[in-house]
Amino acid sequence: MAVLVIADHDNASLKDNTHKTVTAALALSKDVDVLVAGAGAKGVADAAAKIAGVRKVLLAESDELGHGLAEAVEAVVVPLMANYDAVLTPATSQGKNFSPRVAAKLDVAQISEIVEVVDASTFVHPIYAGNALETVQSSDAKKVITVRPTAFKAAAEGGSASVETISSGSGAAKTKFVDQQLVKSERPELAGAKIVVSGGRAMGSAEEFQRVIEPLADKLGAAVGASRAAVDAGYAPNDYQVGQTGKVVAPELYVAIGISGAIQHLAGMKDSKVIVAINKDGDAPIFQVADFGLVADYKSAVPELMDALTAAGK
Amino acid sequence: MKVLVPVKRVIDFNVKARVKSDQSGVDLANVKMSMNPFCEIAVEEAVRQKEKGAVTEVVAVSIGPIQAQETLRTALAMGADRAILIQTDQDLEPLTVAKLLKAVIAEESPDAVIMGKQAIDGDNNATGQMLAAILDWPQATFASAIELAAGKAKVTREVDGGLQTLEVSLPAIITADLRLNEPRYASLPNIMKAKKKPLDVKEAGSLGVDLKQHLKVLKVTEPAKRAGGIKVETAADLVSNLKTAGVL
Repeated sequence: MAVLVIADHDNASLKDNTHKTVTAALALSKDVDVLVAGAGAKGVADAAAKIAGVRKVLLAESDELGHGLAEAVEAVVVPLMANYDAVLTPATSQGKNFSPRVAAKLDVAQISEIVEVVDASTFVHPIYAGNALETVQSSDAKKVITVRPTAFKAAAEGGSASVETISSGSGAAKTKFVDQQLVKSERPELAGAKIVVSGGRAMGSAEEFQRVIEPLADKLGAAVGASRAAVDAGYAPNDYQVGQTGKVVAPELYVAIGISGAIQHLAGMKDSKVIVAINKDGDAPIFQVADFGLVADYKSAVPELMDALTAAGK
Repeated sequence: MKVLVPVKRVIDFNVKARVKSDQSGVDLANVKMSMNPFCEIAVEEAVRQKEKGAVTEVVAVSIGPIQAQETLRTALAMGADRAILIQTDQDLEPLTVAKLLKAVIAEESPDAVIMGKQAIDGDNNATGQMLAAILDWPQATFASAIELAAGKAKVTREVDGGLQTLEVSLPAIITADLRLNEPRYASLPNIMKAKKKPLDVKEAGSLGVDLKQHLKVLKVTEPAKRAGGIKVETAADLVSNLKTAGVL
C-alpha cells in the first residue's frame, strides 16, 4: 500500500508537524509520499524531500492553494487518491479544514486526530477532549486520517526524495480569498508552544493578568493561555482559552497560575509532559494532575519564581 | 434569507465523561445533557443575523434520540423559528450526519447553514466540511465574524497564527468557532414561547440515507492517569525540579 502525507507549511517553511505525520504514515506503509500544496512553495518541497523515509514529494501550486482554500486542496488530493490507500494530514486548523472534505468526496469516514496506529486499519484517537480514548477499525478501502502531531516523534532528516510538480487542480470557484491578518507576536503560538503559562480567575482583572502572566511567559519563551473562567470574566481574550471548548495543548511544560482546575480546563492541558500548578488553595483539583505543585498566593509566588529563574540563568 | 442551524445534544461540557467498565463507550446514563457549546454559538449567530435583518427565518435541526427535542426547544427559546428532529437512536458518524442534513437541505433549501465547528463528544470537527463537500458548496470554517449579504457571505476565520477573511457565494456552509459570539441565556417568557413553536419529527430511516457505520469501535478506554506529583515548598525548589525534569 502507498500512503500520502499532506505537508503543513506557510509557503515559506515546512512545519515540524509534517515530520510527525510522516512518522505516523511510516507505521502504515514503507511507501510514503508527501504532497506540498501551496504557492511559491518549491523551498518547502525541497525541505520535505529531506525527511528520512519519504519516497517522493509532489508539488502543486496555485494562488488558491497558497491561501489554503479547502475546495482547492480537495481538488488536488481527491484525484491523487486513485494511487494511494491512505492520506494523512496533521490536525492543524488548516488540516481540519480540508481533510473531511476529501473524506466525504471519497465517501469514507475521517479518522480524526489519531494518537496511535495499531495496524493499517485500526487507530486510537481521543474523544471527549481526551477524557476517553477510542480504538476504531475502519472498513473503508481508502483511509482519510488526521494526525495529532504531539502524539508522534518527528521523522529525522536525511532523505533525498525527488520532487515532482503536478497539476494544481480546478481551484475554488465559489470561494474568494479576501485577506489575512497573521498575529505578529514574539510569543510562540499557543497550540504548538513548548511552554505554556496560563492564568485563571484568581488574577481578578485584565490588568493583573497582563502584569503577572505575560512577563513570566516572556521569561520562559512561552505562549500565554487562560482558563475559561478568566476568559469569561474578561481578563484574557477568547483565543487564549485552554480547555474543552478552547484549545487543547500538550506542551513540554504547562504552568497553571491561579487556576483551580475545572474539568473543562483539565481536558485541554492534561496531556502536557510536565504540569506546574501555583494556587493558594491546596485542595484545588489542579494539584491532582500537577507534577509540581506550589501552594502559595501567586502574588508572592510569581515574583519569587521570576527571581529563581533569573538566578538559574533564564 | 433562510438559515439552517444543525444542533447536537451532547454530555454537558462541565460534566466529566466516564468510560464504561466494559469499555463499550462513555457512560451517558443519568448524565446531564446539553446543547453542544459550538452549536449554541451557531444558533446565537443565526438569531443575531435575524435581529439585524439579514436573515428572515432560522430553522434548527437535530439528529438524535427523542430527547434531542429538548435541545431543539433550547434553540427555539434562543430565537429559532421552527425545528426539525431527525430521530434515531443509532450513534451516527459525521459522514452519515452530513448525508442526512443534505436530505433536509433538499427539502428546506436554505441560503446558508451555520453550525458548530465540532461536537465535544466525538471531537471530529468534520460534519460541516463533509456537508459542504457532498453538496459541492463552498465552506468557511472556524468563523469568528460573519457578514451576510445578497448571494454571498464574508467570513473571518480563525486559522493557525491569526485570522483569514474569505468571501463565499451562497448557499454555503459556515462553521462557528468560539469567538464568534457569546450565546444568550433564554429568558423565561421565551422558553414558554418556544413550547408553542413548530417542531417536526421525522424518522432518520425515512430520508433514503444509508446509515452504515464505516468505523467499528473496538473499545473505549480511559487515558493513562497522570502519576502523582509532589508539592514543593518554594519557587527555587520548583525551578530546580524543573531543571531536573529537563523542561527548562
